[in-house]
Amino acid sequence: MSEDYFVHPYIPNAVPETKEAMLREIGKEDALDIYEPIPDRLRFKGALDVPGPIHSEAELKRHGKSVLRKNADCDAYLSFLGAGVWQHHVPAAVDEVVNRAEFVSAYDGMYYTDQGKWQAKWEYASQLAELVDYDVVTMPFYDWGTVLGLALRMASRITGRRRVLCAATTGPERLTVARTMCPPAEMAAHIALETVAYDAATGGLDLDDLRAKLSDTTAAVYVETPSFLGAIESHCPEIAALAHDAGALFIAGADPISLGVLAAPGSYGADIAIGPIQPLGVHLNCGGGLGGYMAFRDEPVYCGECPLLLFTVLDTEREGEYAFAEVMEERTSYGLRDQGRDWVGTGAGLWTIAAAVYMSLMGPKGFQELGDTILKRSHYAAGKLAAVPGVKQLFGPGFFKEFVLNLDGGGTTVRAVNARLREQEIFGGYDLSAQFPELGQSMLVCVTEVHTKNDIDRFTAALAEAVRPATSDGKEA
Amino acid sequence: MGDVKLRGYRSARWDEPLVMDMTVPGERGVFVPLAEREVEAAVGADSAAFVPESARRAGIPALPEISQHQVLRHYLRLSQQTMGMDLASDISEGTCTMKYSPKAHEDLCRMPQMAEVHPLQDEETLQGALQIYHEFRSMLCAISGMDEVTLQGGGGAQAAYTNACVVRAYHAARGELARRDEMITTIFSHPCDAAAPATAGFKVVTLRPDERGYPPLDALKAAVSERTAGVMITNPEDTGIYNPDIDKFVEVVHEAGGLAFTDQANANAVLGVARARDAGFDGCHFNLHKTFSSPHACAGPATGAYCCSDELAPFLPVPVVTFDGSSFHLDYDRPQSIGRVREFYGNLPVILRSWAWCLSLGPRGLREASEVSVLNNNYMMKQLLAVRGVSMPYTEKRRLDQVRYSIEQMTEETGVTCFDFQDRQVDFGVQSVWLSHHPYVVPEPFTPEPCETYSKEDLDYWCETARQVSKEAYEDPETVKTAPHSQPIARMKGIEAVEDPAKWAMTYRAYRRKIKGENE
Repeated sequence: MSEDYFVHPYIPNAVPETKEAMLREIGKEDALDIYEPIPDRLRFKGALDVPGPIHSEAELKRHGKSVLRKNADCDAYLSFLGAGVWQHHVPAAVDEVVNRAEFVSAYDGMYYTDQGKWQAKWEYASQLAELVDYDVVTMPFYDWGTVLGLALRMASRITGRRRVLCAATTGPERLTVARTMCPPAEMAAHIALETVAYDAATGGLDLDDLRAKLSDTTAAVYVETPSFLGAIESHCPEIAALAHDAGALFIAGADPISLGVLAAPGSYGADIAIGPIQPLGVHLNCGGGLGGYMAFRDEPVYCGECPLLLFTVLDTEREGEYAFAEVMEERTSYGLRDQGRDWVGTGAGLWTIAAAVYMSLMGPKGFQELGDTILKRSHYAAGKLAAVPGVKQLFGPGFFKEFVLNLDGGGTTVRAVNARLREQEIFGGYDLSAQFPELGQSMLVCVTEVHTKNDIDRFTAALAEAVRPATSDGKEA
Repeated sequence: MGDVKLRGYRSARWDEPLVMDMTVPGERGVFVPLAEREVEAAVGADSAAFVPESARRAGIPALPEISQHQVLRHYLRLSQQTMGMDLASDISEGTCTMKYSPKAHEDLCRMPQMAEVHPLQDEETLQGALQIYHEFRSMLCAISGMDEVTLQGGGGAQAAYTNACVVRAYHAARGELARRDEMITTIFSHPCDAAAPATAGFKVVTLRPDERGYPPLDALKAAVSERTAGVMITNPEDTGIYNPDIDKFVEVVHEAGGLAFTDQANANAVLGVARARDAGFDGCHFNLHKTFSSPHACAGPATGAYCCSDELAPFLPVPVVTFDGSSFHLDYDRPQSIGRVREFYGNLPVILRSWAWCLSLGPRGLREASEVSVLNNNYMMKQLLAVRGVSMPYTEKRRLDQVRYSIEQMTEETGVTCFDFQDRQVDFGVQSVWLSHHPYVVPEPFTPEPCETYSKEDLDYWCETARQVSKEAYEDPETVKTAPHSQPIARMKGIEAVEDPAKWAMTYRAYRRKIKGENE
């Protein structure tokens, strides 16, 4: 913590002789003179109340590790958490590529200098296009929720309408993000967001409620399949028809990891498809691995109203070579500021490259097999877990990767059960009781290809032990 | 300055095919786990039984079939055809603050206690992540002078959007939102300072600079009214000019009943030098992938940290990370919150890197980073203004961390445009120079930013490449106009396709259909 002058390894020109030479060159005597443009009254005179410096890299890493080790993680624990970010296997070759210095440190280099980055991103779009079955896939943005908000706004512009309908089984975090992106009633730009109920037996969309709420003011109907609660929506073609009959767009939310076995959104009439890219080769990163994709038909109105970046392939003057360039840059906020479409910015660029490598490695067979494994293991898990006394599965079979377990029969809370499971180094399912109070004490369990039969059996045994009534003094754990 | 020898740079050029054209039926890159026999015995061997018929996939996705080494090699070659900040000189990408991202941070990010942490784990198992979040929050409070911080925003523009939503909620809580529907910004503020409030539902009023290079106070006074919701302004702006009346701007907006936000995405000039709160601002934001060293990663993951006063803190997105003296918590119980701008609570690896960077520099090092950045810029400015055909607009001639230059004179005298200049300069192994955000208020612009990462030799080299391009422009303009000459690909053809629905192809399947005339 010495206040002695030091030349930091990240600041080469802090060497006093270098500094003096540079100051001389620009005709200044003191480094402070370079701050002339900032009036004295606006200058901060104190010392920043910031800890450090930790001089050596060795000490910095040791400190960083010691703090991080206060976290538990899903390698050390057996985790059944999903609910918006999911534990899938990340092939080592994906990590090798996304950790390359060139990709990690690249930013806005243009078509020639960063040609490889542009090609990798275009190949991301090209491969995802095959999974979702559309000719256009945009560059992704921060997360699924933001892309949901943007898709709803696109639909509002395309239809000239200001009401949007979202399934009540939309991921609650996504729905909150989308609500934030719909201006409130006091504003001229107001977009009204209403939810459509779900069928209590199947978890699918309640078509009667949809019919009741659709009108000639509806801009869009948004439905996820699998839904946040895991249910595979069996009525997508009917939902598309109902939306289209009302003059609204149908926006589908689809986890691309499911698309080796589940119908592609382009095949059942969705006008826009959106979803997460984290499952495609990105680690959990405590929520730092998110990205949201968007796809649609190759029609000028969709391309023109989409706020996200679009890249095209081009030829070069050398035969057989490819270049890549941005399409209709003018329409974006970079082109037209407040007159552009919503906004775009730095979001999830590196994860396009992770996803491109992932999809190339997996190929068609990989996605089919992965879907098959997840369907089988998750249904196996649901069967075993629902056989635990006091536990039942809601909505029955016909889900993908995630399903709901209700614990009301055990006279306990998800919170208490999860606390007991943590003692066994298990993260139980996501507690739904706050977001879906109508489901009572229920948890959303996530089972992917990383969960073996033994993992599921271990979870089952631990759950049987953990599901017991809270103690009489009300303490839960 | 001394003699600078230009490098005989040549990019890697692999003539790499499109990944879809590498397919060999029957190959695959990775095996995936298959359901165990006992699992199949329990649930059946046909998983399609779990999928309603209407929801089953018809046909197989036409993904490429490629073996593992061939996939790896393809993308490693593409990485070699990407210049990247670590290899090149990224002084070029002004407004982006392309500083060195220490490798020690990457090691920490790859620990399972970061990479394999689920954000919905119980907070008792997240204490390391929340400690880092909370400590970094406190550092930003010190650096900005603000009272509270959210790190939820996934990029700078999302932090600007957070501000627009906070302003919206603030006026709504006072019953004034219906009336206060205008947000003021300046043309040299980042485009998101106009686009984010427009998305939030505000009408945007944009101020233009006078001959000095920044808007006159009178222009702001004329723009404010009872309709003013707030101002969103960058300072120093894209030009590198610091508006010395900035506190008076804030006063005018406050007197009109509006809130004042400053976009400090790039705060590299002012760490420990000037604080947003001291100028009266109610909110500000920082880009952790700019000022705070997290790598840009081909445009994300990133973080826009939004800082605000106590008065605005109740409106912050949930959850807010709190500390009770012994442990850290995620506080969702905030009834006035705007809700969320993004899922979960932030890009933790990005926050981890920024925390580590601040710790390694300490208070004096942070200020040193800013001082050296400004010194670097002034040193480079002197050299670049001596390059033939290069000028700097506006009567205010002082700059902080960057400069928007113009080669209008060079264009008039040689026909070489800023785009030609950009494409030729890269032949010497520097990244393509950032020109300007739109609109191009400064004609034929370019905007380098030599942050503290770069040595005097790096600065001299960059200036020499500019000098060389200028020399060629005046002596041999064809060399410049036919550039680049040392890049992974030759010059592009048919750029008009970017505006032509018949010719653009955003995916391989569109390319086959529209350009190659093949049917699926």
